[in-house]
Amino acid sequence: MVINRGTVYEFKKEADEIYDVAVIGAGVIGAFVARELSKYDVSVCLIEKEADVAMGSSKANSGIVHAGYDAVPGSLKAILNVEGNKLMEGVTKELNVPFEKIGSLVVAFSHEEVDVLEQLIKRGSENGVEGLRIISKEELRLLEPALSKEAVTALVAPTAGIVCPYELTIRAAENAVQNGVVPILETQVTGIFYEDDIFIISTNKGKLYSRFVVNVAGLYADNISAMLGDNSFSISPRKGEYLLLDKKQGNMVNHVIFQVPTDKGKGILVTPTVDGNLLIGPNAEDITDKEDVTTTSFGIAEVVKGAQKSVPKTNLNDVITSFSGLRAKPSTGDFIICTSQVNPYFINAAGIESPGLTAAPAIGEYIVNILNTQGLSLKKKMNFDPVCLPFMRTRDMEQKALNELIKKKPQYGRIVCRCEKVTEGEIVESIRRPCGATNLDAVKRRTRAGMGRCQGGFCTPRVVEILSRELGVPMHEVTKLGGNSKILTRKLKL
Amino acid sequence: MAKTDLVIVGGGPAGMAAAIEAHKNGIEDILIIEREEYLGGILRQCVHNGFGIHVFKEELTGPEYAQRFIDKIEELKINYKVDTMVLSISDKREITYINSKEGLGEIKAGAIVLAMGCRERTRGVLNIPGTRPAGVFTAGTAQRFVNIEGYLPGNNIVILGSGDIGLIMARRLTLEGAKVLMVCEILSQPGGLRRNIVQCLDDFNIPLKLQHTVIKIHGNERVEGVTISKVDEDRRPIPGTQEYVECDTLLLSVGLIPENELSYDAGIKLDPSTGGPIVDEHMQTSAEGIFACGNVLHVNDLVDNVTKESMLAGEHAARMLKSKLGKILG
Repeated sequence: MVINRGTVYEFKKEADEIYDVAVIGAGVIGAFVARELSKYDVSVCLIEKEADVAMGSSKANSGIVHAGYDAVPGSLKAILNVEGNKLMEGVTKELNVPFEKIGSLVVAFSHEEVDVLEQLIKRGSENGVEGLRIISKEELRLLEPALSKEAVTALVAPTAGIVCPYELTIRAAENAVQNGVVPILETQVTGIFYEDDIFIISTNKGKLYSRFVVNVAGLYADNISAMLGDNSFSISPRKGEYLLLDKKQGNMVNHVIFQVPTDKGKGILVTPTVDGNLLIGPNAEDITDKEDVTTTSFGIAEVVKGAQKSVPKTNLNDVITSFSGLRAKPSTGDFIICTSQVNPYFINAAGIESPGLTAAPAIGEYIVNILNTQGLSLKKKMNFDPVCLPFMRTRDMEQKALNELIKKKPQYGRIVCRCEKVTEGEIVESIRRPCGATNLDAVKRRTRAGMGRCQGGFCTPRVVEILSRELGVPMHEVTKLGGNSKILTRKLKL
Repeated sequence: MAKTDLVIVGGGPAGMAAAIEAHKNGIEDILIIEREEYLGGILRQCVHNGFGIHVFKEELTGPEYAQRFIDKIEELKINYKVDTMVLSISDKREITYINSKEGLGEIKAGAIVLAMGCRERTRGVLNIPGTRPAGVFTAGTAQRFVNIEGYLPGNNIVILGSGDIGLIMARRLTLEGAKVLMVCEILSQPGGLRRNIVQCLDDFNIPLKLQHTVIKIHGNERVEGVTISKVDEDRRPIPGTQEYVECDTLLLSVGLIPENELSYDAGIKLDPSTGGPIVDEHMQTSAEGIFACGNVLHVNDLVDNVTKESMLAGEHAARMLKSKLGKILG
């Protein structure tokens, strides 16, 4: 059974299907676990409480593919980071996701910090990271002319890169669904029981059944684990705030610019994004509320200060938007990826903070191996298609190809989002695809409509109209991000 | 590549006035390119009156004001393409556009008039902290929802900024049954016209809170409230003056920015204070043969002024074309 849209999924009252594996959480890890499983002849559902995939940490992070010199050698973070980094090129090619291996710099501002760079090199080589080197001040200036004059030297990691984190998640989920995974969105798990070798998963929409469970619930992984009685770890949110700057600033730097890491994390970075913007952030604040993605004037000031330390010319007049994301900080200090202490058929993958995005493809493989060891039989599916259906982006197309497309589908000639040059055709496609968009923000993440300078000022009414038409719901039922986030209150009397 | 004497980018009040005036000055080969489905620009959604007092000596609504120009364009048989977006302009006056009928098209123009108008400043530019729920709109987007689409964007509304669109929307939303709780203005003076303060706020008992701003947005799915605060002379929130206001909508009327992405990419020099191109007394930009007028140049309070300055741009574009033609023919 293949169902394209989570929201149309209906729980069957009788003869309930028992899935081989229920994956709880459709962030980047859940999406890659689901995709990895979809290579085999097993039935899989991907359960998500929000109205789209990539709604938690996966949509608001730095989008960095880390080289792997940070993590303590031998840790899961170190192993899966380096492994994930190696897989990223191939995976992004299959999924049609832009990945730019632009390299990263860790910039030292004092001689004490140079010592830290030496330690990072040592760690990196133990972890198996290739190409690390420390460069001279002169070379640094050539590589990054906009960098602060206070910078002494830098560690170069050529294997680091940038990727759009939610695009990677969306495409991995789409590809999983394309290969048979059932997405069950807007469905919150409320309880898990194990009876007669079957997991009974209670949700706000009814019960689901599976033989194995993979808990990749991000910030809530401890809560999900506790439902089964495993309280062996806890996850606490660590907030990071970001500012996104106009594409005018996108060429300010050529690499991902880090400062020397502290115990609070990798510090505030300055990086171009794959879409050509400049991203600065994050700060790091330990909080208690797992839903608190507010931005604060204090946090924004901290980010600005940090970014300007590296790149003094960072121009705040070019800020387009600010946002914040939460890291899922594990109580153990390392990724927790193993069978639950109370049930061998329940796999936890928790505390996947940085470098989780980089590690995601490797974590997918790692978890499927654990499932296999625990008795899930894996027979390769003959018709698995690793290639995600290409998403036409008219702004990147050659004139001839674009004109042929417009002749066939005139909607690709009508620009809806002026700032990002997104056509009606792309918006319609984003809704119709497997695991397609059902709300305004979901369209935005898939097409970039509304992500430009005017932040949806002009295109919001038109996108709402298209969503209304495509989903067959009235305009005033269309939401920004699912749930009660309706954009309009009511239709006016004519 | 197709050739046209004069291409006008934007079919709002500025573009239409420039086209008509150029025609009056002897240029017939004119093309207006408009990205919306109809000519008229932002006037289409400005259903209130007060337009045309200077140009027509009478009070018209926005659509009525626009219609006078549209009728003239039709009468003069000036060409236009609607639902067509200009993607780029080169300093050699080569224009690339896209629409669903022709796909990508290119035109070489003898002269160009830039009349793309402006866009609204957003929450992102202001960096208002808080959550990112549904229910935060710029005033112009809300205006489109109400006046073009026919939907109410919210029930209990706080407006930040006392620009004219915000004031007009305070009245419009009240008339449609919403409750506008207050208009907050960070400065000590309102931003909009005096008549709009009186007719849109005072007449409806909507409080205008000067030297107040929104410092936080609350609500995860839909706006649930905003925190407002009094500000000091340097526009910084004064501690202890915060107040939570329950509402489901925040409307932003915090200024307009000339929309100059095309000009910028064409290498045209922009004035950092207005955000628009630097023009000479003939409305010509730093690129030869490229003129600019209306809100793309600097944000105007009155459309009548847009019309007057755009006529000037149209006239000078025509004169330049004629003198060039004269040179070639002579």
